[in-house]
Amino acid sequence: MTVKLRQALQERIFKQMEATFPNEGGGFLLGTKQGAEILIEDVIQIENVFETEEQYHRYAMTPQNWMKMEDEADARHLTLVGYYHSHPNHVAIPSDYDCEHALPNFIYIITSVMEGQAADMLAWELSQDRRKFDSRRLEIL
Amino acid sequence: MANIKIPTPLRAYTDNEAQVTAEGSTVAELLQNLIQQYPDLEQHLFNEGKLRSFVNIFLDDEDVRFLDGVDTEVAADDELRIIPSIAGGLD
Repeated sequence: MTVKLRQALQERIFKQMEATFPNEGGGFLLGTKQGAEILIEDVIQIENVFETEEQYHRYAMTPQNWMKMEDEADARHLTLVGYYHSHPNHVAIPSDYDCEHALPNFIYIITSVMEGQAADMLAWELSQDRRKFDSRRLEIL
Repeated sequence: MANIKIPTPLRAYTDNEAQVTAEGSTVAELLQNLIQQYPDLEQHLFNEGKLRSFVNIFLDDEDVRFLDGVDTEVAADDELRIIPSIAGGLD
């Protein structure tokens, strides 16, 4: 599986993550799936609704966010292909917490933000048996 | 028979159908019937027999946790929707 992301969208994610630092930020990925490729067509910033004092290491959206975005994706003839969030001052590798709250067949893009600067971006997908995340190739267009 | 809307990532286990039907008079019975029809859904919805904490069931746009939970009664023409709560972060 290869995930393709336009540079302008990557920059938009980086700017958002740097702006929310030292807290976590995130949003949805809308795109299209064709065979073993996912092309991300849009990134939608979603407010972090976790308790404010926990946002330095936690990110959450509401179920209503999901409903609205899934309906919007349908209306735009796109697919809700994944979500992105940041790891402030930490590597872009999924945590056990990420794994426990994840679904397969969904792309998880994590941005590492070190001292306020976006430093790395990696793409992941939960294995079918839910035991681990597998790395996915991220191609910047 | 009620309609259930499946979240996008789990449609891989419902033959790519976004909307399926299931039988039952409560949310619990409907979900049980759903996983009988599509067994691969079970591990992603349930953990040790209980709904996973990040899996929400909405009945006509209302979270069943604020009704009677999985014991909430469902009428034949009701719409059920399975919604994951997206969350992430560091350990």
